[in-house]
Amino acid sequence: MNQMSAPAIVSHKLRAWSGVPALLLALLAVFLLHIAVGAKPLPIQTVIEALTGFDSTNFDHVIIRNLRLPRAVIAIVVGASLSLAGALMQGVTRNPLADPSLLGLTSGAAFAVVVSTALFGAAGLALIPWIAMAGALGAAAIVYLIARLVPGGATPLSLTLAGAAISAFLGAVISVIHLLNQDTFENLRVWLTGGLAGRDIALLAYVGPWMALALLAGIVLAARVTLLAMGDEVAQGLGIRTGLLKAQLLAVVVVLSAGSVALAGPLGFIGLVIPHVVRLYVGSDYRWIVPYAALAGAAYLVSVDIVARIAIPPREISTGIITAMIGAPLFVHLVRRRTR
Amino acid sequence: MSRLETIGLRAGYADVTILDKIDLVIPDGQVTILIGPNGCGKSTLLKNMARILKPSRGNVLLDGKDIHTLNTRAVAAQLGLLPQGPIAPEGLTVRELVAQGRYPHQSLLRQWSRADEDAVNTAMRTAGITDFADRAVDTLSGGQRQRCWVAMVLAQDTGLILLDEPTTFLDLKVQVDLMELFTGLAHDRGHTLVIVLHELSLAAAHADHLVMMKAGRIVASGRPDDIFTARRLKDVFGLDANILRDPASGRLVCVPFSARRRVEAAQ
Repeated sequence: MNQMSAPAIVSHKLRAWSGVPALLLALLAVFLLHIAVGAKPLPIQTVIEALTGFDSTNFDHVIIRNLRLPRAVIAIVVGASLSLAGALMQGVTRNPLADPSLLGLTSGAAFAVVVSTALFGAAGLALIPWIAMAGALGAAAIVYLIARLVPGGATPLSLTLAGAAISAFLGAVISVIHLLNQDTFENLRVWLTGGLAGRDIALLAYVGPWMALALLAGIVLAARVTLLAMGDEVAQGLGIRTGLLKAQLLAVVVVLSAGSVALAGPLGFIGLVIPHVVRLYVGSDYRWIVPYAALAGAAYLVSVDIVARIAIPPREISTGIITAMIGAPLFVHLVRRRTR
Repeated sequence: MSRLETIGLRAGYADVTILDKIDLVIPDGQVTILIGPNGCGKSTLLKNMARILKPSRGNVLLDGKDIHTLNTRAVAAQLGLLPQGPIAPEGLTVRELVAQGRYPHQSLLRQWSRADEDAVNTAMRTAGITDFADRAVDTLSGGQRQRCWVAMVLAQDTGLILLDEPTTFLDLKVQVDLMELFTGLAHDRGHTLVIVLHELSLAAAHADHLVMMKAGRIVASGRPDDIFTARRLKDVFGLDANILRDPASGRLVCVPFSARRRVEAAQ
């Protein structure tokens, strides 16, 4: 029996790792394609040349380096961040419906950015991530407090309901600010639908390192999330300091959500849907779900952004609209699968 | 010298005292079973001993040191806990669940070793769940599921194992099988077990050391033969019962009766 099961687990581990190169390859492919397509389609050959041997006198290379590469990198970072944050939140709250937008983090960050823009005009670039972070943290705190006031405490259900209520409320306030303040509306209209167009590379340089750090921390903490998903007492019995771990995970999730909002506006459904798709392939251990969700989320958002850019030329659709249009039916499908 | 003991333990919320003056020495290599009516504090006592609740006064000593001052992960390599009614994440396989028990033995650099592998396989064999190692835990029956959780605690490979109502909601046959497994761990492999139990006859039959609690205090403790008496059950549980001895096994059995019926029968 022992001799049977030992190779079984080895092959299991191999299978667990085997998807990584495939996903990396897929990500590289859509990344190159993302850069190649657009108003002026460029051959993949040129894209690779621009990335490996940049020539500043070549106009195509300049387009790639200054316009297209930043957008592709932002899509990767934001896609990975939202998906990983969603996976962590689903584990911690033991709620398969958890994701940054459902628990109020995204709308909190968006709300803070809109309010500060309405009050102080276009906020300084460097401040946007901090404002978004404060908003996300504030919304998370309010959601948690409301959920705790419900009889029975902060259960997955009360957290989801409180998150939905706060998201709806903040959304309404954002709409009111729009109506009252035309300038803000014009500045933020596209941003609020979640878009990757015209994003500033300087902002990426500013928040990118923080988000990379948070992604890494999320992957390191992933194995512990499985223990947490088995209940606080089980986790404590296995030597986890659950309070500390939850605080660390909250910090990771807030940085990733707020950073994503700062870079791309509120993008929905990625954090919800991608981890569920990943589960179908790697099972229920967060040790695997989390890194896979990051890779798959990145590849997914890059792909979606390709569609956003080329669907109705010469105009562009907001990326957030496409993630919702693809994500919503996908989500319904997943829910139907689970309930069967 | 005992590995686990409590000294003057007291626990509770603002006004409500749940435990008071608990001095308990857990004998090594034996099965200690805590019984008492609902709300008597037996689960709270177990959680205090497992260091997941902090007493308001007194200490829990693990190998002579205050357990709440020790590194919790180091404690997890010595002492395992199976809480009441744990829930496995949807879709998690049996092997994956059992493997989680290895967490205290791993580190960032030492993720999965031969020792982890062996411990998981041994635990699954001991608990008798090897046959469905690759199935999802949530597709199994209640009894099989509980065996998976027991295997997870066994994979933790600790000398001390604390279990909170491990047999609740299971068929009698499954309950007995699990209790046999637990006594085997103590008597054949030298593990020390502390179990909170509801079933009185099961407790009397399997305990080496029985602890009876009432209203946050220990009322009696010792061998079942010495303390499992009709008068004690009446005192602790308010239960009218006869204590019989099964002639085949020599074990004590508790047979509750209704006081009214007995009067009728006597007439």
